[in-house]
Amino acid sequence: MQLTDSEKAMLEGAEGKARQKAMQLLVRYGEALGAERFVITNNVAGVPGSYTPFLFNYYKATRENAYDRIYSLFDLDSDEVVEVPQVSVHSCHLQGGVDPEGWQILGAKPEALQASSDSERAATSKGIEILKTCTPYLVGNVPSRGEHCAWMESSAIVYCNSVLGARTNAEGRESTSAAMLTGRIPDWGLHREENRFGTHRIEVNVEVESLMDWGMLGYFTGAAVGERIPVLSGRFGTPQLIHHKHFGAAAASSGGVELYHLVGVTPEASTLEQAFGPRRPIEVLSYGKAERRRTYDELNARASDPNVDYVMIGCPHAALEQIEEVCRLLEGKRISSNCNLWVFTSRAVKSLADSRGLTQTIRRAGGQVLTDTCSAIGQAIPPGTRVAALDSAKQAHYLPAIMGIQAWFGTTRDCIAAALTGRWNGERP
Amino acid sequence: MSGKTTLTLHGRKVVGGVAEGEALVTHDTISGWGGVNPMTGTIIETRHELQGQSFKDKVLVCPGAKGSSGWSGAFHLTRLTRTAPKALIFNEMTTKIALGAVVMRVPAVTQLDQDPLAVIRTGDWVRVDGDRGIVEVTRAEPLGRPDDLDLVEDAVRLTREKA
Repeated sequence: MQLTDSEKAMLEGAEGKARQKAMQLLVRYGEALGAERFVITNNVAGVPGSYTPFLFNYYKATRENAYDRIYSLFDLDSDEVVEVPQVSVHSCHLQGGVDPEGWQILGAKPEALQASSDSERAATSKGIEILKTCTPYLVGNVPSRGEHCAWMESSAIVYCNSVLGARTNAEGRESTSAAMLTGRIPDWGLHREENRFGTHRIEVNVEVESLMDWGMLGYFTGAAVGERIPVLSGRFGTPQLIHHKHFGAAAASSGGVELYHLVGVTPEASTLEQAFGPRRPIEVLSYGKAERRRTYDELNARASDPNVDYVMIGCPHAALEQIEEVCRLLEGKRISSNCNLWVFTSRAVKSLADSRGLTQTIRRAGGQVLTDTCSAIGQAIPPGTRVAALDSAKQAHYLPAIMGIQAWFGTTRDCIAAALTGRWNGERP
Repeated sequence: MSGKTTLTLHGRKVVGGVAEGEALVTHDTISGWGGVNPMTGTIIETRHELQGQSFKDKVLVCPGAKGSSGWSGAFHLTRLTRTAPKALIFNEMTTKIALGAVVMRVPAVTQLDQDPLAVIRTGDWVRVDGDRGIVEVTRAEPLGRPDDLDLVEDAVRLTREKA
């Protein structure tokens, strides 16, 4: 790789051991990719130095040295423990594994809570913003068009690239932790204009309106294009923020979509011509009623028992309007005694929900509003759960595999109805 | 030994080092976080071709990576739990698989001159020289020969010897 003088200085250790180790890792990574240089980034989102009891024990850490040890040995993949300095650039911490308030509801062990709160305290002292959400863009981290970022979290990455027009690859824990100390990330993939044009065209021939519609279209799209760049045109209006959130999250789960273009909607796709630039579509696909039905059936393939004992809302973390909708659908009723309802969101959105009385409304109905994590990330479901109901295609993709349960996928209304009755009665489109 | 065939593929270094082992080949891309159990080195993704199978100590041959950005973290954990593959051969370069290969610290190659998914079969013995970008594939039988034919011949020979 060609390094600038300041990058060479970091690599030689002029800015301390931690930045040297970070630069060494980034050079190994850049060379593996075949990148020729770095870009400068001032917006990094990752999970720096976070740890579970497994990592804590593996690295024979103590509460005092755990952050430096784990940041060095795991995050920076260093063979030597170095002292972690203040981060150099605007850095935030994405979702974690434990809700510090609702940890007992989640069935978390006190050791896990302690590990999470200790690493949070250490991260705060290094200047890292503790957002503790998979939706940084909902709580104030909104990069501008063209801005080079280094983000983790596939659903946030695809939002960052597609909806905001900022530029990030799918970074990992190690590369983001290294970028926080150096402000550098390999100039590869989606950082470069020529790699941002569409590869596949998807003609949407069926109305796409609800959150569930957008989730299904996203799930279909990811499976169809893998990690390439779809350009969609056809029968969708202007999606709301939450529609992008669920579409992108689904496309990044069934495939590896990191950037999509919706013609007439997203910033790099005013027209079909702009979206494809010099490229010609590799494939032109159609999404109609048959494809929609097939996608619905795939998402529901892991469910057969209509008795639902768990409803989860908030993948990616619920926006305030989704929490409002849950309250509206509950209509002052109580959820079934055989069923649990957990709504996951960020701390910032929960504080808004608290102040509006929405958290209380959900609690009065027998549900919970939880933060920081979700059932998949925290590997936390109510004890005895056998069958879940979900309004997120992404969660329906992951949760059955991770927790060994059945899961139904449907509208938010279907899910809340299941919570109230304990029965799945979702309608097949 | 007679009946063995060796095939050499040339590609590009992703991570250096030399390792060899039995191939585990999949035509499905692999999810890291949520797609594998890093404690056991097992693929857990529902409907994945290798669901339930372990890549521990295998030379993993796959199209590439997909899914969560926790890919590198999950495969990094397999190094800690000693369930990582011995080497990695793949077609599609992504940030997920590049970073994952780097932190797993196993030899990795890509951009091979023949499609590894077409020419390497599960069970083949594969040597990966990451630094030189060379993959050597050894198969117990010549190409195109049914696998069980040797077993039948062995059984016949053993029966004769005993008699």
